[in-house]
Amino acid sequence: MFYRENGQFKSTYASDQQMLPILQDRIFMAALLVFAFGAVPFVVSDYLFLSLVIPFLILALAAIGLNLLVGYCGQISIGHAAFMAVGAYAAYNIALRIPQLNFLVVLVLAGLIAAAVGVLFGVPSLRIKGLYLAVATLAAQFFTDWLFARVKWFTNYAHSGSVQTAPIEMLGWKIDAPVEKYLFLLGVLVVFTLIAKNLVRSHIGREWMAMRDMDVAAEVIGIRPVYAKLTAFAISSFYCGVAGALWGFVHLGSWEPLAFNLTLSLNLLFMIIIGGMGSLLGSYIGAAFIVILPILLNQAPQWLGMRVSTAMTSHLELMIFGALIIFFLIVEPLGLARLWAVGKEKLRLWPFPH
Amino acid sequence: MLKNVIGKNWPVLTLGVALLGGLLAPFADKSTMPGFYVEVLLGGLMAGVLYSLVALGFALIFKASGVFNFAQGAMVLFAALAVARLAERMPLWAAILLAMAIMVVLAWLIERLVLRPLVNQEPVALLMATLGVAYFLDGFGQTVWGSDIYSIELGIAKEPVMILAGLFQGGILVNKEDFVAAIVAAALVLGLAVFFQKTPTGRALRAVADDHQAAQSIGIPLNRIWVIVWSVAGFVALVAGVIWGSKLGVQFSLSQVALKALPVVILGGFTSVTGAIVGGLIIGVGEKMAEVFLGPVLVQAFDLAGGGIENWFAYMLALLFLLVRPEGLFGEKHIDRV
Amino acid sequence: MKARFVLLAVAAAFAAIGSTSALAQAKEQFFPVLSYRTGAYAPNGVPFANGFVDYLKLVNARDGGINGIKITFEECETGYATDRGVECYERLKGKGPTGATLFHPLSTGITFALTDKSFVDKIPIVTPGYGRADSADGTVFGWNFPLGGTYWTSSDMLIQHVGKKEGGLDKLKGKKIALVYHDSPYGKEPIALLQERAKNHGYELLLLPVTHPGVEQKATWLQIRQQRPDYVFLWGWGVMNSTSIKEAVATGYPREKMYGVWWSGAEPDVTPAGDGAKGYNALVFLSPAGQGQVHKDILKYVHDKGQGTGKKEDIGEVLYNRGMVSAMMSVEAVKRAQIKYGKKPLKGEEVRWGLENLAIDDALIKKLGMTGFMRPVSTSCVDHEGGSSAAIHIWDGKKWNVQPGIYQPDMSILKPMIRVSASKYAGEKKITVRDCAKEAG
Repeated sequence: MFYRENGQFKSTYASDQQMLPILQDRIFMAALLVFAFGAVPFVVSDYLFLSLVIPFLILALAAIGLNLLVGYCGQISIGHAAFMAVGAYAAYNIALRIPQLNFLVVLVLAGLIAAAVGVLFGVPSLRIKGLYLAVATLAAQFFTDWLFARVKWFTNYAHSGSVQTAPIEMLGWKIDAPVEKYLFLLGVLVVFTLIAKNLVRSHIGREWMAMRDMDVAAEVIGIRPVYAKLTAFAISSFYCGVAGALWGFVHLGSWEPLAFNLTLSLNLLFMIIIGGMGSLLGSYIGAAFIVILPILLNQAPQWLGMRVSTAMTSHLELMIFGALIIFFLIVEPLGLARLWAVGKEKLRLWPFPH
Repeated sequence: MLKNVIGKNWPVLTLGVALLGGLLAPFADKSTMPGFYVEVLLGGLMAGVLYSLVALGFALIFKASGVFNFAQGAMVLFAALAVARLAERMPLWAAILLAMAIMVVLAWLIERLVLRPLVNQEPVALLMATLGVAYFLDGFGQTVWGSDIYSIELGIAKEPVMILAGLFQGGILVNKEDFVAAIVAAALVLGLAVFFQKTPTGRALRAVADDHQAAQSIGIPLNRIWVIVWSVAGFVALVAGVIWGSKLGVQFSLSQVALKALPVVILGGFTSVTGAIVGGLIIGVGEKMAEVFLGPVLVQAFDLAGGGIENWFAYMLALLFLLVRPEGLFGEKHIDRV
Repeated sequence: MKARFVLLAVAAAFAAIGSTSALAQAKEQFFPVLSYRTGAYAPNGVPFANGFVDYLKLVNARDGGINGIKITFEECETGYATDRGVECYERLKGKGPTGATLFHPLSTGITFALTDKSFVDKIPIVTPGYGRADSADGTVFGWNFPLGGTYWTSSDMLIQHVGKKEGGLDKLKGKKIALVYHDSPYGKEPIALLQERAKNHGYELLLLPVTHPGVEQKATWLQIRQQRPDYVFLWGWGVMNSTSIKEAVATGYPREKMYGVWWSGAEPDVTPAGDGAKGYNALVFLSPAGQGQVHKDILKYVHDKGQGTGKKEDIGEVLYNRGMVSAMMSVEAVKRAQIKYGKKPLKGEEVRWGLENLAIDDALIKKLGMTGFMRPVSTSCVDHEGGSSAAIHIWDGKKWNVQPGIYQPDMSILKPMIRVSASKYAGEKKITVRDCAKEAG
């Protein structure tokens, strides 16, 4: 009844090809953005910003990056936190050695460096496929773990191996309050999501999807696998590099090499699997799920009034996390984004059943 | 003619030459004692055998059900915890038998609750499901058995023995525990080989590994086969858990050794038991050699803050092999039908 | 669809509840307890947390709180992971009528992350025997308190001990010392001092990092076998410690030549190796293993009433005592601050004054029933460490035997190093150095 395309005629190619062709979608998106920029800063507490919203935004960006590679191009990567680490350390070193640069420039440069490293580790994908590639990408993870712990130049010869960053300062705006961090991140995220959405709708995105679905057939019709796969790695690593830099500078403030370990990689993969591979909305949903769940599980015994030891809570967290992963995979293997898509389809018919 | 042979096989030959070079490189440094070199070699082989124990489980499950079982490490830990804690109340052999029973029940539960609903899903989804199982087992194991460090007493002396004192100056250090582990692993492989070749169940497993649908069509019960496979993998995990546990102590980080076994599986090929053994030996030797001999060289050359290259060297080695043979040394060649 | 709605609803509920502040104007002092009872570091984290919590319970049960102000506490599981530690900090810093009293991160990694936040939130971070070595300088690190010792004082004292064993520090020339360390900020802290001392005394320092969690040490110990160092310093935590000792047994390195820092010298580290650990040495500071008057009180007022944390048999272990003593110093700091600010629930800033004017002397130790289990600590605005001393104890297979001889760090080497490192931090973070004279006056 409400979600219909009646009366919405497109008279130009541009309006037909736009991202949100249905008016209700555009209204909804506008309302969402107004809510996010205008209402949330006043409603949400500082603690929630720092522990939920900010990690959610940054990890959503990283999940979008990983989704571009795994969901759209079909190359499985279990070691993607490595590129986040590269982005973070690159940003740290650039900001340290060239302090005059605007932070946005630092971000982009860090992303480019991460993209270069991503291409390097993506080269094996030209030869290796499927699960073998997945395990081979772990090499990137462990190598960067080692690299940033050992090569002292990266950590500015700090004898503890930890790096510290001062709060971001851009054009006189010192971003250290949680609300300010949130607004900055939201801006960055909107821009990057827009870029990603356009990428997947463009010919590059179609090449990726062709490689994912039938790579030999794609090669036969003239899509160059080198170009497709390596651009997927490059762009995906760019996103993860930027996300890593943001993770280090905005969320952590001070980190050690172990901050970008295998657990983070696996969490990213969980995000896109549960959220939905091949769907940008899925990256967001998955990120929200993975960020909220541990905190929820941690606090749940208290809220339910049960006196449980912290050790037990941790164990329960692990168990419920594992069980929920399996549950979601069984119930909806295409991810929560699929549920949303199904819901939208039903909404178009509502209140009619078919 | 020789040029042709070399021309066709240049990747394999280059790899072979590089490996041989790497193996002999420590002798370029005059200060390397041959006795110590043999010690490192033996240490690497022993470590490799331990890795293959875990990799065997991976290969078995992938062979028969096409699932990459990320939960193998958690199964090793769970089995080891069961043995360690049960052994506190009953003799060791009884504990091991009871733990085996528990692993069979676990196998049945996994097949029922996780595998059956996810039949025919993408490999990534199955991988993630086994990861979910891994997390669950980690938490569950610690809830039931506790998170302290427990020990499994196999009655083997922990002090090293010096052998071949006549040949090498001072003798070579050999650890009895590692030796026993090697023998056990060999026995296990032999037993598994006999099981697969000679028994009807083994043949049924191989049939399922070849082609699920064909096996079903001749009346092999797929579900029961999967339970059997996971039980056998559970048994392998139990053996690995007991051996690793007696060496390292049974604690939470035992599940991380599975990560060490992954390069073994990709080097040897996901579906090959032989690959697990050979891959394990190669990775074990490569790792230890690199750490002990290459590490200090890198530290000097690049002014690094210490070595520790083992972790990624194994993966790099496996990656090198994969570039030459994308399905692993003994893996099945993948045929794409377009 | 349903799942998503449920998740959204729960998140909304969370947001609603989270944004209201907890207002309970009770006469309570809230102590957050960051602990780890799971994971690879649980074997060492559990006894420390037990000792800490037992002491807090004792103060409530035996003394009725701190001058009538009841202690409330809440444990938060960090798993020794920095990000979880930060999350616990954010969640607990505002709890209680006046916010969190102080934080004991029990992890150098978490300490590094929290140090930056402490300047903004004004809550002290107490890190007895761990944390940043340069945080002894109270003018820069106004909110960090490494009471009783840091990794520079501990490594310094170890060098003094092996020097004494060799017959003089000059006899160390040409000797080889290997540092087997946990590859984390914790393990890397002592390197600076050991390298400095190597320059002075001419010994060769071999650095052998062990990656978390520390169970893969075969190659490390093969290298030790190759290099044959005269001494091995162990800077491990959690399961890394016991693995090191086991590997030392497996490669035949004499345990008598192994020296652990005070975090590598407790019962969970040596018992898994069984008889192989006999002869292993470690530093012990503030409190050795054993039971005294205060333990009797804990048994009487806490455990016998069924309120005990952990097993009764574990009371008196090295790490239990250390946790107990850490809690004691925190409580004494609050007591001291109450002298200036009044007998009411205190804020973090006020507690900091107490921590900076801590004067735990022998008389106070005797009054608390801790004779033999505590050494005097006396802090000031400039010196947040309060004096460091340690002894060596050796494991004989059944218990720790403290050797005679107390060591104190050589401040002539340490003071300049601390000053340099602290100023570098102040420069990087743009922190104004405190003027202690002005603040006191």
